[in-house]
Amino acid sequence: MIVLKDVCKSYKSGTKAIRGINLTIEDGEFVFIVGSSGSGKSTLIKLLMKELEPDSGSITVDGVNINKMKKRYIPKYRRRIGVVFQDFRLLKDRNAYDNIAFAQRVISASGKEIRRRVPEMLNMVGLSAKYKSYPRQLSGGEQQRVAIARALVNKPEYLFADEPTGNLDPENSREIMRILDQVNQNGTTVVVVTHNREIVDEMQKRVLTMQRGVIVSDDKGGYVQ
Amino acid sequence: MKISTFWYCLRQGIKNIWKNKLFSLASVGTIAACVFLLCVFYSITSNFQNMVKTMESSVGITVFFNEGMAMEAIQAIGEEIALRPEVERMRFISSDEAWEEFRQDYFKDAPNLADGYVKDNPLAECDSYEIFLKDVENQDEFVEYLKGLNGVRKVNYSALVADALVSVNRLITLVSAGILIILLAVAIFLIANKISLSIAVRKEEIRIMKLIGATNFFIREPFVVEGLLIGLVGASLPLVVVYQIYEKVVGFAMEKFSILSGVLVFLPVNQVFGILTPVALILGAGIGFFGSIFSIRRHLRV
Repeated sequence: MIVLKDVCKSYKSGTKAIRGINLTIEDGEFVFIVGSSGSGKSTLIKLLMKELEPDSGSITVDGVNINKMKKRYIPKYRRRIGVVFQDFRLLKDRNAYDNIAFAQRVISASGKEIRRRVPEMLNMVGLSAKYKSYPRQLSGGEQQRVAIARALVNKPEYLFADEPTGNLDPENSREIMRILDQVNQNGTTVVVVTHNREIVDEMQKRVLTMQRGVIVSDDKGGYVQ
Repeated sequence: MKISTFWYCLRQGIKNIWKNKLFSLASVGTIAACVFLLCVFYSITSNFQNMVKTMESSVGITVFFNEGMAMEAIQAIGEEIALRPEVERMRFISSDEAWEEFRQDYFKDAPNLADGYVKDNPLAECDSYEIFLKDVENQDEFVEYLKGLNGVRKVNYSALVADALVSVNRLITLVSAGILIILLAVAIFLIANKISLSIAVRKEEIRIMKLIGATNFFIREPFVVEGLLIGLVGASLPLVVVYQIYEKVVGFAMEKFSILSGVLVFLPVNQVFGILTPVALILGAGIGFFGSIFSIRRHLRV
């Protein structure tokens, strides 16, 4: 369970990105975070990833206050989270297989485990035939599917996706959301930051709407203006 | 660290070198140039110092004793001198031996001229000890000690030669230290710069690794392996080259300047490289290791 209490975050430029957010996300939930550019959605994900530190307030994940987490525990915390970015962020010099395997190597998985899990993940995202392809040889949708496979290969408890369909056409966007929904069905808590109104309306999940660093609505259903 | 992680880091480090061939070549070249200068410089200075040491060992002090002194008393003083830590070696020269040496040096072309002294040694009462010190720098103090001994009549020594040798030795040591420090600083600066550049290019890659939970160790190791290998290769190349050159140059100098064979005493190649090889390899590996550690540190704060 993720609990945010009175979380504030400002940037050095003086921009107040997050203003006193209170939020609870239960285990196994699927949550959309929507809002216009600069509303604080991505900052919220960065705070949850512990890429940024809040100025005040607390962020608790499974009962652990991650603000107080020592640096040496951050890698272990991040291994419990899968993360997907708008620009995929794959390692350009490694093929699809190695990009996914890399996440396993990070956790010192055995060679046997890697050889078992990576093909499983490639199969799940429908890219078994393209395991040797490098990112530049894959379409945007395919790259995003590799990124999702990489995010899921270590069986994370949480999956954070920051604009995962931002660079994709509607068809690929639907495919990506279908995969994320399936991941959620298997028990992973999924938090998706998006601008994509159609997708949010179609999925009918919990939707948090942000404006100027504040959550202005928290409902189940479609995109709220 | 798991063995699989170790192999992964090693493989990745080698892959990085191959992937960034130009950068790797430039880095190897930089280290090679610095180590080459170090090798050349060390070869010259160590030989120069060896020559100075050889000269030093030929600078002796001669001690003469009071007239009519009994041989037992002279030997007792000799034993006392021999116990001094400054003494490298010494020999007793009796007045007969002294005259024989003198005769051979000065009358070898007309030995009959010395016949008049056959039964009347002009160097009688000139029993002496010739003393060679471990370090000619201690000569002044040692001479004072000898002069203070009971029964010592006269002490002969060359202050000028000793002072000159001491000055040359000090100059060589100072210049060596100065040049070595400059070489080291330049090498570390150049390598740190080059590795910084290589890491800046891979900044995004490091960021991704951090976000998917890689530890700093896991990210750093391939870079460290890369730095170490570049450093070792960069140090090995000039060692091989200078080894080949050294033997040729020494052979050439011995042949061309055979007249100075008493002064031009070169160190054997194995003695020079016995020290130079580990120093150069450790230096190369050290530059690569620390260069990569320092350069990557600031990119790990994600």
